[in-house]
Amino acid sequence: MSSQKRVKDSQAQKRTSKVSDSYQTNLAGEEKEDLDDSKHNLNDEQDNPPEDYGHADDQGEDALQIAVRYFEKDSAKTSQSKDKILEEHLKTVENVAWKNGLAPEEIDVLLNVALNGKFGSAVNTRILKCMIPTTLIAEDSVVKAVSWLCVGKCSGSTKVLFYRWLVAMFDFIDHKDQINLLYGFFFASLQDDALCPYVCHLLYLLTKKENVKPFRVRKLLDLQAKMGMQPHLQALLSLYKFFAPTLISVTLPARRKIYFKNSENLWKAALFAVRQRNQGPPPEPLKLMLGPGQVRPVKRKWNSYSVIPVLNSSSCIKECGKKERTLSDYLSSNESFPLEQLKSFPQLLQNIHCLELPSQMGAVLNNSLLLHYLNCVKDESILLRLYHWLSQTLQEECIWYKMNNYEHGKQFTNFLDTIIRAQCFLQEGFYSCETFLYKSLPLWDGFCCRSQFLQLVTWIPFSSFSEMKPLLFDHLAQLFFTSTIYFKCSVLQCLKELLQNWLLWLSADIHMKPVMNSPLETTLGGSMNSVSELIHYVGELSITAVRLENNSTFLLHFILDFYEKVCDIYINYNLPLVVLFPPGIFYSALLSLDSSILNQLCYIMHRYRNNLTAAKKNELVQKTKSEFNFSSKTYQEFNHYLTAMVGCLWTSKPFQKGLYIDPEVLEKAGIAEYKNSLNVVHHPALLSYAVSFLLQGKKWNWYLDYLFSEGLQGLKLFIRSSIHHSSVP
Amino acid sequence: MDSYDTPGSTPRHSASSRLKDYFIGATPLQKRLESVRKQTSFIPTPPRRKIPQCSQLQEDNDPQKVAFLLHKQWTLYSLTPLYKFSYTNLKEYSRLLSAFIAAEKQKGLAVEVGEDFNIKVTFSTLLGMKGTQRDSEAFLVQILSRSQLPSENRELKVLWTGWFCCIFGDSLLETVSEDFTCVPLFLANGAETNTAIVGTWFQKTFDCYFSPLAINAFNLSWMAAMWTACKMDQYMAATEFLWSVPCSPQSLDISYAIHPEDAKALWDSVHKTPGEVTQEEVDLFMDCLYSHFHRHFKIHLSATRLVRVSTSVASAHTDGKIKILCHKYLIGVLAYLTELAIFQID
Repeated sequence: MSSQKRVKDSQAQKRTSKVSDSYQTNLAGEEKEDLDDSKHNLNDEQDNPPEDYGHADDQGEDALQIAVRYFEKDSAKTSQSKDKILEEHLKTVENVAWKNGLAPEEIDVLLNVALNGKFGSAVNTRILKCMIPTTLIAEDSVVKAVSWLCVGKCSGSTKVLFYRWLVAMFDFIDHKDQINLLYGFFFASLQDDALCPYVCHLLYLLTKKENVKPFRVRKLLDLQAKMGMQPHLQALLSLYKFFAPTLISVTLPARRKIYFKNSENLWKAALFAVRQRNQGPPPEPLKLMLGPGQVRPVKRKWNSYSVIPVLNSSSCIKECGKKERTLSDYLSSNESFPLEQLKSFPQLLQNIHCLELPSQMGAVLNNSLLLHYLNCVKDESILLRLYHWLSQTLQEECIWYKMNNYEHGKQFTNFLDTIIRAQCFLQEGFYSCETFLYKSLPLWDGFCCRSQFLQLVTWIPFSSFSEMKPLLFDHLAQLFFTSTIYFKCSVLQCLKELLQNWLLWLSADIHMKPVMNSPLETTLGGSMNSVSELIHYVGELSITAVRLENNSTFLLHFILDFYEKVCDIYINYNLPLVVLFPPGIFYSALLSLDSSILNQLCYIMHRYRNNLTAAKKNELVQKTKSEFNFSSKTYQEFNHYLTAMVGCLWTSKPFQKGLYIDPEVLEKAGIAEYKNSLNVVHHPALLSYAVSFLLQGKKWNWYLDYLFSEGLQGLKLFIRSSIHHSSVP
Repeated sequence: MDSYDTPGSTPRHSASSRLKDYFIGATPLQKRLESVRKQTSFIPTPPRRKIPQCSQLQEDNDPQKVAFLLHKQWTLYSLTPLYKFSYTNLKEYSRLLSAFIAAEKQKGLAVEVGEDFNIKVTFSTLLGMKGTQRDSEAFLVQILSRSQLPSENRELKVLWTGWFCCIFGDSLLETVSEDFTCVPLFLANGAETNTAIVGTWFQKTFDCYFSPLAINAFNLSWMAAMWTACKMDQYMAATEFLWSVPCSPQSLDISYAIHPEDAKALWDSVHKTPGEVTQEEVDLFMDCLYSHFHRHFKIHLSATRLVRVSTSVASAHTDGKIKILCHKYLIGVLAYLTELAIFQID
């Protein structure tokens, strides 16, 4: 037999599952053998109380499978040396059970072992105590287990323990219909004094309205008369009375005492672990779930479970309004659609006209379907409810308002993440977040929840920049100048996203109204002003930052990223706005030592050129003088930059206009012959390319192609579009 | 035309309406935002307030109920507007709230809605408790317990009391639609667990939000000045200030009591504008107290934190606890508290 025990994993696994399937059939055959065996066992148990052999191994499934098999079959035939083996296997099962829980099949097997009387009650107790599911328990297993109770093979204490286990694990049993069919059996067990409290508890959990029968009520009252006012009986009676008030005329004293002894105590830690495991992502529309379905309970008296309220439909309010609902109300097809049933997008579409709203609007944050609904709803009071709730919650939860612990900080971060997810989903910011930023940004240390906080900034709804500047952006600037380069970069990134969001909103708005009437025209002018103010603000930040950080390449990347968005506003968003970068940024990029910066600059210049050309073309076509015609200043500015770039990179005549440097100074610096030093060959950012090109011994005619092949696409676009060349330099 | 790709078409719609709203500034939400911006960008409180006038209670008030509110310590909360609250349903609310309390108290057990429980909840309006006619009617909620012994005359004992009011709350009223009832100030007396249960029920039922309302030192100074300025027929208690000095291991409290008539005399000497209190006067009043104290004890009170103010009109603690003593100035005290509550929910 022992050789069989050592069967390797895959086989063993297969066998166990097969065995558990065919369990019912083998059972009868083995029962006899088990009988004598259990006697032995009982004796052994008394002689050698279980000890720790130090074999506590958690090698996992392997050992567990063998152990389960042992309990299920082998033990019947083993002889003297089995205490040790038994103990070892028990240990294995216990370890795995408490660590990861047991699979339904394993529980099925072991539960039968524990109750069929094969082993003594000490072993049975230990087995029962570790019947902890990984996630669920099969209803079938429970029904089979209950059937053993009728056979009378297990001791009273085992029975008690079984009922306690059943009560504790009740929530993890996958179905309860079959178990409910056994209601009569459980009810009959009430007569056993030792079992009565636990059976009462089980019945309390199990009772449905149809289980409440006059004869049962009578029985319960008899029991109460016999045993006195027992809290568990009262509990069951009060439940019966709740279901069938007419059947029970006795008045039950209202008491606040706990009705049931806590059956869970033995498994408290295990239950917690199982619940944790079970709280994985719900099976429903996975993609649509925005946040954690249920946030971990927080120790607070108010709003007891989580920051965000649980979804409940507002039936209570309605009931108050209507007072009494008639039967026809319930039957009529106009009945509103309860939120709890809303599971899919098609359902939402079908019921959108009669959807019941949550009693607490904050609950929509965790439900993407309702966010869809929120998006198209016109009712101002819905938005106001959300506004008030969100503003207050943000204010209450905000950690730098009060001294608080780490745990709380994590909770606040999670809350902000949920809000940000909802905003991204809606592609729109909440007003509450904007007002929260007004209040909290002046107090922010620039460190706490940085990523979340900056993301909130990116979703500030579009409005007048000059109004928001003193409330928000002046404070942000202060933090920007005094923080590290990384903070600066993340702020620039965040402002780029803010700009993008504003542009999307605005462009969508224009698309809505192709024919512009006069008041909206000025409105659009105002909007463009606001956007250009934002761009200028970022320009100012950038110039100072470049100086503070000594022309850091890293920082320049983020700045140019921002301008990559800016230069394409006219074409990409169809908005009448072209804002150029300030000279401080242009020259820093042009003279950068890094080829990727120069490349990016070339790309931006190329896009500016396209945008301005497109704008010019449109102006010529429309001919009408609109207020959005760009001033010639913009074109002049661009031409100035263009001349400077072509002068540097191509014609080797840099800075011929508007810039005079005393030749003596240049001579002193040892660069009297500076004119060539910024062209595509000698530019410090490109010099390394030139050298490696020379080393390959190719002809200069191919140099540009070489540069392009090295990935300088921006340079390529710039040269192709801005330099009409017939010859190579 | 679109070279970009937005995740959906719905945002566009709302973006457009938002943009229009922004420039017209029409919706309540917009008004709200405007008022927050104003409050954040300028000095948080107006530099001048009226001195409470005596007995502004409207005539239809119930003196017994008013007397019940005095001389009790109340914990303050601010409360966002109640959605779909109706004064005609108070009876129904009593029934639902008592069932809710019963359920909360014996969690996990099914509870019948109705009798059979020794707790009773009552809702009643506090007539006349308003500043203007537009203010929402104040109302009182009580949890009463029937005495346990059935044979005794079933006397009801008050376990917990809370009341909701709005005195001169115009600024809030303007920014909500008619579905909402504005009672921004909530005062509770009794076990905090009960406050939490009642509060949770209100939050669930009327989609509102309770936040504890603390009173900072700046506002306590205002209270000290305004309450000292009130004309009293007779003073019932000394004017007393409590400062806290943060030092380890235990913080040090400095109590400073003045004869109320002396305090009034000091106030009269700094007070110029009739009927009004200005920020300068408040500062001056407190500075005089500071310098007087410094002359005697060489301690700069301005470097410590004011935590409590008691006068014959009322006493207030920075934790958000208040006790109103004088019937005459009840409305005046509540008006300022309402203002603070509205400021907090903005």
